[in-house]
Amino acid sequence: MRISFNLNGRPASISADDAQMPLLYALRDSLSLRGPRFGCGLGQCGACTVHLEGAAVRSCVIPVSAVAGRTVVTLEGLGTPTHLHPLQEAFIAEQAVQCGYCINGMIMQAAALLRTTPHPSEEQIRTALAENLCRCGTHVRILRAVKRVADQMA
Amino acid sequence: MRLDVSRRDFLRTGGALVVTFALTPSRSATTPTNSTPKTVAADEVDGFLAIDARGRVTVYSGKVDLGTGLETALTQIAAEELSVPFDHVTVIQGDTALTPDQGITWGSLSIQNGGVQIRQAAATAREALLAEVAKAHGVPRESLTVEDGVISSAAGGKRWSYAELVGGRNLNVKLDAKAPLKSPKDYTIVGRPVARRDIPAKVTGQFTYMQDFKVQGMVHARVIRPRALKASLLTWSDAKARQIPGYLRAVRIENFLAVLAHSEWAAIKASRAIDSTWSDWQGLPEEAQLWDYVRGTDVVTVEDVQKVGDSAAAMKTQGARLVSASYDFAIHTHGSIGPSCAVAQYRAGKLTVWSASQQTHLLRQQLANMLGVQPADVRCIYLEGAGCYGRNGHEDAAADAALLAKHTGLPVRVQWMREDEHGWDPKGPPTLIDLRAAINHDNRVLSWESAAFIPHKPKETAVPLLAAELAELPREAVAFPGNISQSLGIPYTIPNIAARARWLSQTPFRPSWIRAPGRLQNTFANEGFLDELIVMIGADPMEFRLQNLNDPRGTELLHRLTTLSDWKPRRSPARQDGAVVKGRGLSYVKYELYRTYVGIVADVEVDKASGKVSAHKFYVAHDCGLIINPDGLRNQIEGNVVQTTSRTLLEELQFDRSRVTSIDWASYPILKFPDVPQVAIDLIDRPTEVPWGAGEPTAAVVPAAIANAIFDATGARLRSVPMTPAKVLAALQGVRSS
Repeated sequence: MRISFNLNGRPASISADDAQMPLLYALRDSLSLRGPRFGCGLGQCGACTVHLEGAAVRSCVIPVSAVAGRTVVTLEGLGTPTHLHPLQEAFIAEQAVQCGYCINGMIMQAAALLRTTPHPSEEQIRTALAENLCRCGTHVRILRAVKRVADQMA
Repeated sequence: MRLDVSRRDFLRTGGALVVTFALTPSRSATTPTNSTPKTVAADEVDGFLAIDARGRVTVYSGKVDLGTGLETALTQIAAEELSVPFDHVTVIQGDTALTPDQGITWGSLSIQNGGVQIRQAAATAREALLAEVAKAHGVPRESLTVEDGVISSAAGGKRWSYAELVGGRNLNVKLDAKAPLKSPKDYTIVGRPVARRDIPAKVTGQFTYMQDFKVQGMVHARVIRPRALKASLLTWSDAKARQIPGYLRAVRIENFLAVLAHSEWAAIKASRAIDSTWSDWQGLPEEAQLWDYVRGTDVVTVEDVQKVGDSAAAMKTQGARLVSASYDFAIHTHGSIGPSCAVAQYRAGKLTVWSASQQTHLLRQQLANMLGVQPADVRCIYLEGAGCYGRNGHEDAAADAALLAKHTGLPVRVQWMREDEHGWDPKGPPTLIDLRAAINHDNRVLSWESAAFIPHKPKETAVPLLAAELAELPREAVAFPGNISQSLGIPYTIPNIAARARWLSQTPFRPSWIRAPGRLQNTFANEGFLDELIVMIGADPMEFRLQNLNDPRGTELLHRLTTLSDWKPRRSPARQDGAVVKGRGLSYVKYELYRTYVGIVADVEVDKASGKVSAHKFYVAHDCGLIINPDGLRNQIEGNVVQTTSRTLLEELQFDRSRVTSIDWASYPILKFPDVPQVAIDLIDRPTEVPWGAGEPTAAVVPAAIANAIFDATGARLRSVPMTPAKVLAALQGVRSS
């Protein structure tokens, strides 16, 4: 079957043998994106986070058929090396990366938060990122980076 | 120095081509017209450095960036020592065909050993070029200086660039251990918080992680793990898998069973559609009896790792108070956020394996041994994966892929699933430490003895490859658990000390090293037990340590920590009422008794009703000698604190008699944002000292600081990691009943 949706502002279409295939594999394997990452396949860690209709979702547990006709944004669509999203700028400014494997999820989750809550408190940021796991212990910098953008927007 | 013109063409491409090679497997390290491969000799400058016709420098590093910022730090070191701009240096990492074997990327040695070796190669190259110019042009060496890769004479006029002087040719000069180093007062790149090179690509989805790497014609594989750790495969069928579009085939070699498919999702589905039956195996100890099992395990040998005076005699001092306690530290998993992944290609008798291995040279030996091929016919290439914090599943995924590639002739990508990583990566072994001490009538600690129950170390530093074990192929008999007796000794001036490793014949799970292996467990026991003695004596924890150190750097560090944390003399426990009580704990280490100094103060809160501990703030004073990149160093220290807080409060492998049962993030939780502490840091920079490691030492001090703070808050002594609410409640119950 063919599944068409809007990906990062452009029409995208893939053929899938299985409507139940998680969106993550369509994005990574069929569409060659690298922002969303495989971390657990269980919706527990957040490394695969993308925006579906503006909300942060776990692409590893969403069937690809569920995005037909809808709008998906990945880290690549949020900003590019030449037109960085304020969060990407802030993560660079704060050097808020160690291995960086979780960072896609951190930025996408934080971007969804800032859309609904432009001036979050630190506690709101911590709560919003609670289900995004980082193993390197980059949390203190990630918090600083998100706060930096929240303060800029204030 | 002799410039070898015949190899000019090859080396001109050397710097540029190899960068793309990592992503383009059809190319080789040797060009068709030049058969001499690049040297990887660690005693040759050419092993580590190349300078091309544009003056661009390529550094070849056997140590790899595991997400620690090493690539940037090595770039700083090489650029500084060669006096070339930072942007003119590129680092190639962990490629057996291109980079010298600098040992495993472990033990906080990548700067201390790896970076120092590269610095010496750079100094040798610079001095050789200066000498060459002096000789060729009859100018005094002393009149020559280098800036931005250009040598100039004080007399003025003449300038000679590295680009012209070397221009892609070999330097052909032996690494000179005595080549003079640049004076730290002239540093312009080292010591600066240079922004990491990899971060822009990592925050925009442009970075190539191992998990992103593809080769032409690549197929996807998944391994079907046994029902029990040592179970034998009895029957299997892929009848259902054959119905899945894209399914290729299964491969069974003894107890190794894998499926291959054209797409990743088909491989995952096929792995779930395979029917298999396995023999019953229940060789693991009961989880609830783990510490009895460890204590009862046969001892291979007892080793004195620190011996001062006569501790046994001192224990018998008349009138002395004897104190003893046992500390234990649970089995931990590495818990990489990205499960291990590798790609292998076997073509015309040559095996190429891309992986995130921290030990490509060792992996090459292991793969060659497993597959019965020559090491020269195996090339292992590093690509960064998710952080591993030690020897996790990367090498095992590489072995899975290599076995399948050789067996099928297809390029194979193996991506471990979450349950593979949690269930099958090697584990930080359970550690039990007995301590006892004698305190004299005048409150001096007379004698200290410790005994660590830890799995013994084979001579080889390898962990056997899982695929070799399952497929019953050649492999090492015993896994190396890490240098886990390190830091069992103590840095204090106690007159009689005996620290002993009781090396055990076995441990329940394939062991390996996880960040600060042994040093973490040993320092937890040492600094926790020391706090017990300090409480008995009625001393202040900071003052006691200062009085028992004979080490100016350690003393200065503790003074700096006193200021940073606003430490006030205290006697624990602080008497408090209320449902939530606050405490403060101190811990200190001189890593492995010879290098990096770290002191830490933890501020915690304990909820007496639930037993939940919140470690909300840490203060760290850190001295690792010369600092290469202070911001990178802070990032490592923060990471150590947060990760080890997680390990201390939450982490514990769960298992039944057959297998690991904590196979996801729900059953093996780690610290989440709401519980992440704040971290205040004071860096002590010593530009004229050698640069020591910083990837691990801060981890070592975290558990005891938390335990000592819990005691300070409540009077309850925690001697067991993780410090779960249940253990805290039990310890609080003990305080009430005593």
